[in-house]
Amino acid sequence: MAKILEVRHLSKVYGRGCPRCFELTGPEYETNICPACGSVVAAHDVSFDLHKGEILGVMGESGSGKSTAVKCLYFDERPDSGTASFFDDGKQYELFKLNVARQRYLANHRFGMVYQNPHAGLNFDISAGGNIAERLLMSEVDNFAKIRARATHLLTRTEVLPERMDELPKNFSGGMQQRVQIAKALANNPPLLFLDEVTTGLDLSVQAAILDLIMEIQQEMDTAMIVVTHDLGVIRLLAGRTLVMKYGRVIEAGLTDQILEDPQHAYTQRLVASAL
Amino acid sequence: MNDSPVLRVKDYCKRFELHEQNKIIPSSSNVNLDVYHACLTALMGPTGAGKSTVLKGIYRTYLPTSGRLLYRTAAGHEIDLACADEYQILELRRTEIGFVTQFLHALPRQATEDVVAQPLLQKGMDRLQAQDMAREMLAAMNLPERLWAISPATFSGGEKQRVNLARGLVSRPRLLLMDEPTASLDPTTTEHVIRLIEQIKTEGVAMLAIFHQPELVRRIADEVVVLQQAVGIETVLEEMNG
Repeated sequence: MAKILEVRHLSKVYGRGCPRCFELTGPEYETNICPACGSVVAAHDVSFDLHKGEILGVMGESGSGKSTAVKCLYFDERPDSGTASFFDDGKQYELFKLNVARQRYLANHRFGMVYQNPHAGLNFDISAGGNIAERLLMSEVDNFAKIRARATHLLTRTEVLPERMDELPKNFSGGMQQRVQIAKALANNPPLLFLDEVTTGLDLSVQAAILDLIMEIQQEMDTAMIVVTHDLGVIRLLAGRTLVMKYGRVIEAGLTDQILEDPQHAYTQRLVASAL
Repeated sequence: MNDSPVLRVKDYCKRFELHEQNKIIPSSSNVNLDVYHACLTALMGPTGAGKSTVLKGIYRTYLPTSGRLLYRTAAGHEIDLACADEYQILELRRTEIGFVTQFLHALPRQATEDVVAQPLLQKGMDRLQAQDMAREMLAAMNLPERLWAISPATFSGGEKQRVNLARGLVSRPRLLLMDEPTASLDPTTTEHVIRLIEQIKTEGVAMLAIFHQPELVRRIADEVVVLQQAVGIETVLEEMNG
């Protein structure tokens, strides 16, 4: 199995930071706010590998740093330290050392991102089809008929009626907006997809359909995914391996069934014990 | 031909450390056993002796506390499952090691034949061929054909167990772990399952299975390992700063 992503010692602090931030925060202090300077340690020393076609779960409560880690990888945030190597087509990219133009190129062509809030991932002023076209245009697909055909294909695949292609996203239900977001993220067939709490807040039946869709896509296209969620059910269903985060640190990592049936860390044990 | 064991379990121990309750629960202790190609090793013993814990340790659903779980791969390499890389374990689960658990976990919206075909799809088999093999296996398990297209969620215990067995046997793993595979089956179905187990044994599958019925074990087991009840039910952890 080929490695697609290697993240080492990723750290991100919100605030001015001080030399004591890392030693005074973390699970043993039960805080991620530095008592010396008041900065928030959103992520510290996060390291993991991701292989081609693999789904990695990142689990933790709100504020555990799980979204921050993913946002750094998608260039929505700048990490303070650490490295991330992306392996693609025989080339290796040091994500945090690339210039902005190269970063934007990778984000648009080789990565896909689906946010919890559809407003973050979709342009609400243009149609569903327009949102997909926007991404295709960035990758130099400039033939109108080709773009339209690809958008139709993607919307059909994500079970959005292609007849609604020209409607604005605000006319869609929450579940449909997520499907359009997924269609947009898949526009360029990216080998790496980030999913940040994509089913949070949706009806259970809609959640199930979205999760089924994600599994089908993973099987069909062999897309590697990082799935960030606080939902144990989502982790159980999708992820082969899982990281558990708390106060910005990875406190436990392992095979998903092992994390759920034989959790080692006190926090993970509590989390699993409180599942419905 | 090849008489070195497919799996050697050496001094396997597993304790659960429950942080919230400050307790250590011993489960399996000092388990030693071998599993051979084309043989079935039966695991017996009273409830609480840690039989399932042995299987889950081998499958790495549980992290072993100590001991070695030496697995010989099809390529002839020896891997200690107790400390192997997660990717190695996932690959072995996909290609070589199967597990028929006591309870079937399946999505309530997945048809039975798809549940059974899943291990074949994961091995990269074409969908139609996988479904054919799944149906063949369900027929061999004596599961009524009208149930094949329905989710097993509403099935009876015995029906679920047959689905679970069909899924475990269909992909012919090199090593098959089974947790009480005949526990909720009627005598007729038990006969079907025994015939299938004997058949895959002749095909070379190495099996480690938990059984409770001695007469069944006498019929199909090549080796028997009996576990004793773990000693010291609960031990309170020592206070960290006394």
